[in-house]
Amino acid sequence: MSPMTALPVLSETASAVAPAQAGGVYSLLWLVVALPAVSAAILLLGGRSTNAWGHLLGCAAPIASFALGVLMFVSLLTRDAHDRAIEQHLFDWITTGSYDVDAGLLLDPLSMLFVLLITGVGSIIHVYSIGYMAEDPRRRRFFGQLNLFVAAMLLLVLGSDYLVLFVGWEGVGLASYLLIGFWQHKHSAATAAKKAFVVNRVGDMGMALAVMLMFATFGTTSFVGVSAAAEGASTATLTALGLLLLLGACGKSAQVPLQSWLLDAMEGPTPVSALIHAATMVTAGVYLVTRSNFIFNEAPTAQTAVVIVGLVTALWGAIIGCAKDDIKKALAGSTMSQIGYMHLAAGLGPIGYAFAIFHLLTHGFFKANLFLGAGSVMHSMNDEVDMRRYGGLAPLMPITFLTFAMGYLAIIGFPLFSGFWSKDLILEAAFAENLVVGFGALLGAGITAFYMTRVMLMTFLSPKRWADDVHPHESPRVMTVPLLVLAALSAVGGVLYLGGWVVDWLTPVVGEEHPELGVPVWVISLAAVAVVAAGVAVAWVLVAKRDVPREAPVRVSVFTTAARADLFGDALNEAVFMRPGQHLTRSLVYVDNRGVDGTVNGLGGLIGGASGRLRRLQTGFVRSYALTMVAGAFVVVVALLAANLS
Amino acid sequence: MIAVHGSVLAQEIEIESPNIAYSAIYPILIVFGVALVGVLVEAFAPRPRRYVVQTVLAAAGLGLAFVGTVLVAGDLPETQNGLARGGIEAEGALAVDGPTLFIWGAILLLSFFSVLLFAERRLESGVTAFAGQAAALPGTEAEREASTRGLEHTEVFPLMLFAVGGMMLFPASNDLLTMFVALEVLSFPLYLLCGLARRRRLLSQEAAVKYFLLGAFASGFFLYGIALVYGYAGTVTLAGIDGAITNRVGGDGLLLAGIGLMAVGLLFKIGAAPFHAWTPDVYQGAPTAVTGFMAACTKVAAFGALLRVFYVAFGGAQWNWMPMMWIVAALTMGVGCVLTLTQTDVKRMLAYSSIAHAGFLLTGFVGVQAATRDSDDMTSLVAVMFYLLAYGFTTLGAFAVVTVVRDSSGEATHLSRWAGLGKQSPVLAGVFALFMLAFLGLPATSGFMAKWAVFTSAWAGDAQLLVIIAVLASVITAFVYIRVIVLMFFADPVGEGPTVAMPSVLTVVTIAAGVVVTVALGVAPQPVLDLAHQAGEFVR
Repeated sequence: MSPMTALPVLSETASAVAPAQAGGVYSLLWLVVALPAVSAAILLLGGRSTNAWGHLLGCAAPIASFALGVLMFVSLLTRDAHDRAIEQHLFDWITTGSYDVDAGLLLDPLSMLFVLLITGVGSIIHVYSIGYMAEDPRRRRFFGQLNLFVAAMLLLVLGSDYLVLFVGWEGVGLASYLLIGFWQHKHSAATAAKKAFVVNRVGDMGMALAVMLMFATFGTTSFVGVSAAAEGASTATLTALGLLLLLGACGKSAQVPLQSWLLDAMEGPTPVSALIHAATMVTAGVYLVTRSNFIFNEAPTAQTAVVIVGLVTALWGAIIGCAKDDIKKALAGSTMSQIGYMHLAAGLGPIGYAFAIFHLLTHGFFKANLFLGAGSVMHSMNDEVDMRRYGGLAPLMPITFLTFAMGYLAIIGFPLFSGFWSKDLILEAAFAENLVVGFGALLGAGITAFYMTRVMLMTFLSPKRWADDVHPHESPRVMTVPLLVLAALSAVGGVLYLGGWVVDWLTPVVGEEHPELGVPVWVISLAAVAVVAAGVAVAWVLVAKRDVPREAPVRVSVFTTAARADLFGDALNEAVFMRPGQHLTRSLVYVDNRGVDGTVNGLGGLIGGASGRLRRLQTGFVRSYALTMVAGAFVVVVALLAANLS
Repeated sequence: MIAVHGSVLAQEIEIESPNIAYSAIYPILIVFGVALVGVLVEAFAPRPRRYVVQTVLAAAGLGLAFVGTVLVAGDLPETQNGLARGGIEAEGALAVDGPTLFIWGAILLLSFFSVLLFAERRLESGVTAFAGQAAALPGTEAEREASTRGLEHTEVFPLMLFAVGGMMLFPASNDLLTMFVALEVLSFPLYLLCGLARRRRLLSQEAAVKYFLLGAFASGFFLYGIALVYGYAGTVTLAGIDGAITNRVGGDGLLLAGIGLMAVGLLFKIGAAPFHAWTPDVYQGAPTAVTGFMAACTKVAAFGALLRVFYVAFGGAQWNWMPMMWIVAALTMGVGCVLTLTQTDVKRMLAYSSIAHAGFLLTGFVGVQAATRDSDDMTSLVAVMFYLLAYGFTTLGAFAVVTVVRDSSGEATHLSRWAGLGKQSPVLAGVFALFMLAFLGLPATSGFMAKWAVFTSAWAGDAQLLVIIAVLASVITAFVYIRVIVLMFFADPVGEGPTVAMPSVLTVVTIAAGVVVTVALGVAPQPVLDLAHQAGEFVR
């Protein structure tokens, strides 16, 4: 890790872009995606006959993919560092003259890590779900949809072309939509699912435009082609591309300003929150930015935008996390915040890509651990999510408590736990880049320590506040064993950085640059630990030293009110997008139809009796239609004449 | 005396018999021929046999014409340095070229499946969805009698075949008069078909009258436009007009007004704003099988004609009409998307969605990316033709689904009646959800590939702003389609909820065709893209 300048490293990256064709164990690469996809098809289309063994098949598929992934990983380790990109061509998807899209897969150090994370943590969460969803009559369908998600996510990270990535991108969106709304009987779940889908569409618009812009300017959308073409492209094009990709990343990763869907997404079953809305799917934005490093490296404006988005979200999510009484929503705020850190690191360029991915991995471990722990608590508390009704659970659920504690220590960055290493590196890079960014990130670490301590205290340690008819108990082994595995990973995940391994591993893909700090590294580590200690202490004073009321206090400060309302994210959306949209719709309806009555909203709630209403609906008079046609024709002709003869 | 006169004439003028290349245009003749046989069947076959005879005749005729189209396509000569294939036939009246044949193939396939929908009898317990006796006034004794006797109008099949013949003629016309005749031939049977619903007859008749009046109005504009263009160019052949424009003989005002008025007639047929007002009313009132047929086939035919006129005849003046078409495309997408949001009736919603799709198609159209010899990139023609085929099958399938969701008063088209459909019939609701996702343009459905094709060709044609508007518009429509899915799968049924009637194999086959094409064109679009690509450019 000698200090290096960015340029030679970048040219090194570009030279390593001719991937080898898949052979040997790699010829099975397509199976990694196909196994969960086939399993999903069997489970979703198989009907009731698969009920008995559906959950077992559902677990077997990601485990098999994980096994394949490990085989390939071991095999990759034996290869030369610059020879670790393997491409598998599946079929010609679109061929029109000079523009070809191969449906192909690309396995390189970056996608390898994601494959291991998705299938590894995914398998653990699948196993956990056997217990968590045991009582649910639709458990088979749940596993089918979960497998669908895994397949789509693997396609997202393995696709060798932006268009293939986009298919996976939409696929995970669809699976996420289905799973958030899995409990169909809850109205809130349906609303949350729809909100997630629609907000994501805004991000997808950015993705779609970015891909189209690539096609228009470079004539290709494959990673190899675009990275080669990006060298000669203008900064303006690359900046536009970077900003559009960032919009896509914001949607999928719940970054400000498209963050509002994630908190509502907690309506889904807890394993879904753990897998999709914490460990994997929401990190797709970080993957996208890192994968597109050849674009962002040449577009400083876009990089700055990524850093700003990341920093704002890191603080935004942390503040929300402080005020939530719903344990899952507190953790969701924390997810937003941590992904903000990853974006911040990725936006710093070659100095931070590897750190972003490192934090993504450790976060995958400890956040999945925390969510599954929360699920275990809910499971024993009759699905109560309000932390004000918890308290004193530590002795009753020792395994859940201890594993949750591992996750807690990891996320706040307690020395030697996995989060300590990864967050510390991001802080270093941030300070090396810009003092404001550095102090912002440091502040975020302090707030993280505060809200996580609050969660810990309110759930496990403070006096009990649950009702008499609740009987907390430890969860069955099928749930606690996954917790133990994840807790171990949360604790020792830092070994990935042993000897700088993860950075070296990723260098062929993302390049490398060493942060230049004005002060010794240990100063920053020490500052971080001090800030974290302060955060914990504040939580101790504010939460542990006082009684936690069973009902949330109403008379609270402005800040608490704001944080409880998600910093008015929804209100903002409503004021800026929804209301003007509704007004536009209404006025257009008025102008266009003159007939549709005012009740245009609340469609599901409209009463039946269709036949009676039909007559009233169709009140468009043919004479007024004819008049609009004349007016239209007049405008068309006059516009043509005016534009051309003037 | 007369004989003498005749012989004198014969001596003075050589009368040449017109040279008709039957080997190239026989698919059209098959369709018209079968339609005429259908009329004879109505006259001579006994009433109980007519249904079977007409159905088989129509399906076989369309199938035969499709085979003919494939055979004709097999030996098209190459012209224009290999950029186009085909030739001008029938004394300059018809252009039988690659795009024509692709469009014929699409229309014939889609109308074949429409025939199956027309022939569905199980849903109305033994009779078709068309009025038993159209002449009987609604609510009268005569209507009740027709209903108890189980009468049905099998004339719908020949009527439909006439419409199909007109639709094939329309995009193949090589001069404006043939095109006008084709427009009328395709329109009149549709006006009639719209008014033939068995249930809610007043609504259906109102739709027919509206469609007829406004259609006649639009034809008037179209004809006036033809007259003005003739005044400018002195000819009605497309190549002649192109020549006149290229040589700039003056009188631009005449030409521009002509272009504008002809555009009105064509934009009316494709349902583009501000000439879209008829679409929701007619789509809602017409029998659903007819709506599906119109939504799929009329759009294909009208876009074919629009492309031919504007690319071949007015290609030289493209900088004059492009700004106008830009605005129309943007307006159409805007109106279609925003108004889809507020619809509470499935058929109206699909109607507004078809308006939005017309806007997306127009986006591809204004890209005007022609083929060149040194590159074989996606041309606008390829993109639009692919979109038409993909959209046609999806929309036909969607309307087929609408026919089977019923309550005691017939089809339950009010969206509130669809609440909870997913619980009652997960497969059907799943299929409809697939169609919604295709309309939305989700990857791995045909809708995505279609949008991708038109947007990329438009982007390459320097219509970037329009593409951005189009992408925005498709984001807005996501609300609508997702709302329908939420309604079907997450909402509780209102009252007794809808019933899903079990249709006969005919409707099932149509829905299945919609599903298969929607998925196939999404996952493996290449063969169809290749086919559209091979079709080449229009011959001139």
